[in-house]
Amino acid sequence: MSTSKASLTIALAGQPNAGKSTVFNMLTGLNQHVGNWPGKTVEQKIGLCTHNGQMIRLVDLPGTYSLTANSEEERIARDFLLREKPDVVVAIVNGAALERNLYLVAELLNMPELVVVVGVNMLDVAEQAGIHVETHVLQAALGVPVVPMVACRNRGVSELMDAVLRLITNPDEFAPNRPEIRTEHRAVLAEISFLLGEKNPLYPADWTAIKLLEGDAEITALVRQSMPEAWERIHTLLMQHEDAYMDVAGGRYEWIGRMMRAAVIKPKPGAISITDRLDKIATHPFWGLVLLIGVFGLIFWLTYAAAMPVVNWLDTQVISSAAENVRQALAPAPAWLVSFLVGGLIHGAGAVLALLPVLIIFFAVMGLLEDVGYLARSAYVTDRFMHWMGLHGRSFLPLFIGFGCNVPGVLGARIVEEHRARLLTILLMPLVPCTGRMAVIVFLAPAFFGKNAALVTWGLVAGNILLLFLIGLAVNRSLFKGAHSVFIMEMPLYHLPNARTIGLYVWHNTWAFVKKAGTIILLASAFIWLLAYLPEGNIQGSLLDTFGRWLEPAGRWLGLGDWRLIVALLSSFVAKENAIATLGVLYGNNATLGLAEQVAQTLTPAAALAFLVVQMTFIPCAATMAAIKQETGSWKWPAFSVGLLLVISFGAAVIVYQLARVMGYGG
Amino acid sequence: MRTDPDTAIPSEKMKPISDLAAGVRAVVRLLRGGEEFSHRMVALGFTPGVEVMVVHNYGRGPVLVTVRGTRVALGWGEALKVLVEVL
Repeated sequence: MSTSKASLTIALAGQPNAGKSTVFNMLTGLNQHVGNWPGKTVEQKIGLCTHNGQMIRLVDLPGTYSLTANSEEERIARDFLLREKPDVVVAIVNGAALERNLYLVAELLNMPELVVVVGVNMLDVAEQAGIHVETHVLQAALGVPVVPMVACRNRGVSELMDAVLRLITNPDEFAPNRPEIRTEHRAVLAEISFLLGEKNPLYPADWTAIKLLEGDAEITALVRQSMPEAWERIHTLLMQHEDAYMDVAGGRYEWIGRMMRAAVIKPKPGAISITDRLDKIATHPFWGLVLLIGVFGLIFWLTYAAAMPVVNWLDTQVISSAAENVRQALAPAPAWLVSFLVGGLIHGAGAVLALLPVLIIFFAVMGLLEDVGYLARSAYVTDRFMHWMGLHGRSFLPLFIGFGCNVPGVLGARIVEEHRARLLTILLMPLVPCTGRMAVIVFLAPAFFGKNAALVTWGLVAGNILLLFLIGLAVNRSLFKGAHSVFIMEMPLYHLPNARTIGLYVWHNTWAFVKKAGTIILLASAFIWLLAYLPEGNIQGSLLDTFGRWLEPAGRWLGLGDWRLIVALLSSFVAKENAIATLGVLYGNNATLGLAEQVAQTLTPAAALAFLVVQMTFIPCAATMAAIKQETGSWKWPAFSVGLLLVISFGAAVIVYQLARVMGYGG
Repeated sequence: MRTDPDTAIPSEKMKPISDLAAGVRAVVRLLRGGEEFSHRMVALGFTPGVEVMVVHNYGRGPVLVTVRGTRVALGWGEALKVLVEVL
């Protein structure tokens, strides 16, 4: 046998927090495709790489603790291994949590026809915690290739691929010591296996029998349906051995104990690790919260201090001068074309692209927090508060990501297992101010409020979070009748971040935004330009003008008597940051004054504040609505969300405007 | 080994892990949840007989526990369902 096969398929398996994504990123870099598993709401990552001239197709399976069909992720990973039959399965295990991580390896070795290579990753974290792993001893015990790795520093990644290719050429090197069921259940296992028969239409009998003893719902249903004659007897046996499932798991851990005995030196009892020390603060009910708020503040401060000057520079220098150059270069061209290119494209979509620094900084910080292990702690300290809404700490993570962009936030709600809790998390998402909205705020607030801009911005964010809590409470009390959901979550050891992992995280999220700016926002800008140009080539008297003026009476309730602001708000449905693009199109064409200053000149402080409030709480953007539809499976929930937020945003803005006027800010 | 979540504690020696203070070591005896809960706990290493240690327990909010060399946060309600025997 040789490696003449055109392309090998290798599946990457591993438990969460084992550094599997880092290995995947190290191997594939930008040669990866991120999508969904067919018909599922679970992310699928497939990448390509070459090693020693061999083309390899790498499939990153969802991170799962086991391969029993408890969750969608586990079902997907299992089905892939059973049906697609990858050439080799690479199991990435965390060297600092070897015992628990080998549980998945035990399950993999129980599965029929799989060839497994084990990569013991994060050995630096293990050493730091006083754990020493002798990988060659583990290899001898397991009978499968075991490769020592520190993937985040690119150590062992190439050796891992060497081991994979070696196993392809010398399949005899794979002589696994497979876990066996405890003696008291061997007889029943053999009997069920016999009843299933080797010729059964499903999966190999031994594996199916183990899954039946484990109480695996999917396999149980499958056997009951497709083998009714054998099922009766099997069912009786299973009823007699209801306790078998704890035994199967216990047996696997005993096997793991034997495999590890000589291979792992554990830390002295009583030793205090770095994680212990950091967690004294990070998971403390009070100090943990202080830290979280500090981290939050830092993210926003970074956005202000580092990104906004760049954004302003791009807006006033690059965009404006580009517009000027195009105008001069195209002087002989027809007026409508110049107007379209300058007013529609450059001032529209260009203004949105200028926001890239904000997004890059936000996702870089989030990627960093995730990679070092802090995000799990944020779920831990917020668990108490999430319980008020019938949610738990896990829901905090997607909501946190929603501050970057609501779309990955909605998709991220997948980590919340219960249906109702996930739905509520998704419904609350549009109240999380994303960078698109924040960009509009931080772009306009300094011009509107000068020195007080930061204060106003903080107030707006706090207002949104307060609204989120109130709506969460109300929905949980009324629609969901005070449901309680289960919080079980691993807290990984803290470890050093990996630049490549964070870089790719930033890249994927930013690229999605650039694509949006290049397509949906560009089209919307062009459309708005068209509405503002027709019928006479002048904004005054244009279709947009007419429509905006028609809405002005409603706008006056919140001080927005200027139709251009109403149109800007409506256009934020396309994408939140589009409000700036629209203002750019509608105000545009002033070489000396920045856009924000031009808008500020037309508004009283009360109206300016109302505009920011309504902008912060307005209906979800089109992309978020599409994501809500995709994740909830019906248009009912996006429609509900739009109705709810229309009421909230209009109500909040009217109240704020009227209050501010009473307090004398009405100009 | 699985029992109804509402059954009484079967032995005087057993108590829910939520009763334990930080630093206390114990052995897991029983999981008092439904099948789904038990399956998830077992996959995370909580099998009867395993030794665990409470890292943080502030009397409310989630309890942080080490099991098989990893740290797992259990919501208060979940911690109530894990019966242990203090070592």
